[in-house]
Amino acid sequence: MAAPGVAACGGNWFSALALGVTLLKCLLIPTYHSTDFEVHRNWLAITHSLPISQWYYEATSEWTLDYPPFFAWFEYALSHVAKYFDQEMLNIHNLNYSSSRTLLFQRFSVIFTDALFVYAVHECCKCIDGKKAGKELTEKPKFILSVLLLWNFGLLIVDHIHFQYNGFLFGLMLLSIARLFQKRHMEGALLFAVLLHFKHIYLYVAPAYGIYLLRSYCFTANKPDGSIRWNSFSFIRLISLGLIVFLVSALSLGPFLALNQLPQVLSRLFPFKRGLCHAYWAPNFWALYNALDKVLSVIGLELKLLDPNKIPKASMTSGLVQQFQHTVLPSVTPLATLICTLMAILPSVCGKSRRCFNFSDSDHNRTLFPLPSALHCTRKEKTLFNWMETFYLLGLAPLEIFCEFVFPFTSWKLKYPFIPLLLTSVYCAVGITYAWFRLYVSVLTDPPVSKTKKQ
Amino acid sequence: MEKWHLMTIVVLIGLTVRWTVSLNSYSGAGKPPMFGDYEAQRHWQEITFNLPVKQWYFNSSDNNLQYWGLDYPPLTAYHSLLCAYVAKFINPDWIELHSSRGYESQAHKLFMRTTVVLYCCCLKEISTKKKIANALCILLYPGLILIDYGHFQYNSVSLGFALWGVLGVSCDWDLLGSLAFCLAINYKQMELYHSLPFFCFLLGKCFKKGLKGKGFVLLIKLACTVVASFILCWLPFFTEREQTLQVLRRLFPVDRGLFEDKVANIWCSFSVFLKIKDILPHHIQIIISFCFTFLSLLPACIKLTLQPSPKGFRFTLVSCALSFFLFSFQVHEKSILLVSLPVCLVLSEIPFMSTWFLLVSTFSMLPLLLKDELLIPSVVTTMAFFIACVISFSIFEKTSEEELHLKSFSISLRKYLPCFTFLPRIIQYLFLISVITMVLLTLITVTLEPPQKLPDLFSVLICFVSCLNFLFFLVYFNIIIMWDFKNGRNQKKIN
Repeated sequence: MAAPGVAACGGNWFSALALGVTLLKCLLIPTYHSTDFEVHRNWLAITHSLPISQWYYEATSEWTLDYPPFFAWFEYALSHVAKYFDQEMLNIHNLNYSSSRTLLFQRFSVIFTDALFVYAVHECCKCIDGKKAGKELTEKPKFILSVLLLWNFGLLIVDHIHFQYNGFLFGLMLLSIARLFQKRHMEGALLFAVLLHFKHIYLYVAPAYGIYLLRSYCFTANKPDGSIRWNSFSFIRLISLGLIVFLVSALSLGPFLALNQLPQVLSRLFPFKRGLCHAYWAPNFWALYNALDKVLSVIGLELKLLDPNKIPKASMTSGLVQQFQHTVLPSVTPLATLICTLMAILPSVCGKSRRCFNFSDSDHNRTLFPLPSALHCTRKEKTLFNWMETFYLLGLAPLEIFCEFVFPFTSWKLKYPFIPLLLTSVYCAVGITYAWFRLYVSVLTDPPVSKTKKQ
Repeated sequence: MEKWHLMTIVVLIGLTVRWTVSLNSYSGAGKPPMFGDYEAQRHWQEITFNLPVKQWYFNSSDNNLQYWGLDYPPLTAYHSLLCAYVAKFINPDWIELHSSRGYESQAHKLFMRTTVVLYCCCLKEISTKKKIANALCILLYPGLILIDYGHFQYNSVSLGFALWGVLGVSCDWDLLGSLAFCLAINYKQMELYHSLPFFCFLLGKCFKKGLKGKGFVLLIKLACTVVASFILCWLPFFTEREQTLQVLRRLFPVDRGLFEDKVANIWCSFSVFLKIKDILPHHIQIIISFCFTFLSLLPACIKLTLQPSPKGFRFTLVSCALSFFLFSFQVHEKSILLVSLPVCLVLSEIPFMSTWFLLVSTFSMLPLLLKDELLIPSVVTTMAFFIACVISFSIFEKTSEEELHLKSFSISLRKYLPCFTFLPRIIQYLFLISVITMVLLTLITVTLEPPQKLPDLFSVLICFVSCLNFLFFLVYFNIIIMWDFKNGRNQKKIN
């Protein structure tokens, strides 16, 4: 059974997919937007109205600039288009200003910058070998990957409803990965360095990049069985990579170094005071840790093992951003999370893309990782999910129904308002941890990737 | 990929588009004192819930008919009552209904979707790939999405019932089909636009089976079904003669005049040159509109009665509904949806003309959509629909004489004008002109202000252009019906 349009448009399916999702994004314009909308409006105002020396000091609004300088320059460029839509949004004192023209401009800016994401997906598809697949369009790995990436609903919800610029940033990351696959290592490194200075959260994957570039680029040859040939290390290549990173960083942080503002910039970029879990828990290991701690404390209270006076009230779950102590289990410091992250990624130095997300500190649940899973999906020949996984995924539906429709009508709404969030977080944390574990196992047990034939 | 997987994806896409459109503004949002259709629906829930049945259609101190009085048949009233019960459970405060709006729309629109899906599954003559493409395009038809989810109405229910009717009757489940269609009429009286083809088709079937035997039995069964369903729906209103008459008066407001507001039909367009509304007396207007309507639809209906076939039935539905739209009394621009539904049904047979028609039908409602601030959803859904049709049916390759079902007509024409071979070319040029005009008019209406002396200039222009297009389609569809059958008969002789 052929998918509609195969015979008619042949290779145009990519354009159809891209156009279709763009139209859907336009339909999402009037949807709810979160405080991130105000965050970006504020940054447009800051970069437009103030000189550079003020950018990282400005604090009229609570949403201070906490992305690296390249993102600030990006907002600056956008602000020059914004002034034709609504001049008022560029006033830093217009807090929470959201006229219809502002909304239109912001939404269109996200849709427009997603063009980079589309291009990057196109480049990624070129790297995939699709000859082994069947003739059906829906069975081609390129098609599957394009659908998974372009129509990624997580990205649609976060970018076009909640409001962020992740599509554009992901485009940069995918493009750099595509360049690595295409053996254009210098370009890949350059793009990744640029990406880091757009959003420093991508430091998570920096170790993977570093190790990969070290392995494939700096070691110029392999032994016949595919393992490292230690004496083929090229210092020149290492230095050129270092030079690229250095130059990009200089371009980005240089002006602030000259103004002696580097400590301030760094303190804005790495706010360790925010605590282990942000207001809405990211579904990672620490969510499970927190949940366990909470459960144990409740049990402890019931069994009179703990003294109620010593326990801080509403510690992690009231949605506030602060540091706190765990009740039963040992408290977790930033250093501890760093060590855990490093230990977690250590066994996988040979891998292509790693998930340090699970153990990292102060997680923003908005960071998404479509690529590893997407690539992984296109490699499997057997059915995508086994019965346990299918059951788990199907369980998401009753969970959502409970949280959105049933819970508001129950009496627990007032007493335990955090329960839907807690349940969702913990449930997803289980899924993500499991997926991480499976990915790990798969990478360690897969046969080494065979060298592509010389063209 | 399994067929049902693809169908599910298509349905989900349709649902997603509908949901996002419903996030926009609705008719009469924040526009006191009358608000709009949204408020009308809410008001009907209020009166059906709070007042006894006997007072629903009457003017009283509790029920001011000038403020959105009930003017649809009883099924709509029962439906409003049901919605009222649900609303009461969620939040008795009527104003809060705004938040549950997407909610209720979804539950009741699911109906239409199932119908479309079922219809596409039953199309036996075409391949599976086309069935799914067909379903996608029908589900993406912008007009219905924008009116039902944007402007806010419940057209999907009556259209869904009508579709079930078409399905039943085409598959020889005549009784079920007629029952469904009766329900459709009892939901919205505008479905009467489709009643004549149903009548002729079923009558034709009875004649074919022989009036002395099976045909007569079928006729009696159908008559009983129709009468029974009407009685069932109107039961509470048959208790007194005055009740029935009042309901009929509300349903057919002959006092309201030939047309209201701007609509893309003949009378409105004609009144640009000559104000017939003011010149002719009321009863003459009614008679003229009656005559024109019936004269224009008579040939097709007679043909259908003599040669009943599912294909002929579908085309006759189009031409009848279009005749009614163009010439009838008190037509609203939303009634074009009644024509669009049958055109969606013939989408797979004449993709090029159907797509063209559906684009024009959405365009004709532009003034209404702009009033409801639905510009972006209109543009986006129209583009999505157009792209879906182009990809699924490769419409621009299907403009030959044969594809347009104009072969026999051209052959007849060439008997008198031997060099007339460029009919497809003419049609392609007309399409181009039509699309360019529509785009230009849209841009002008959105960006420019109309001149002070003629504040309705742009709406009138839109209606006029749409009317011209519709006249062209009326002629085209009638030609197909009249000439295509001849072709079918000749072919049989040859075989």
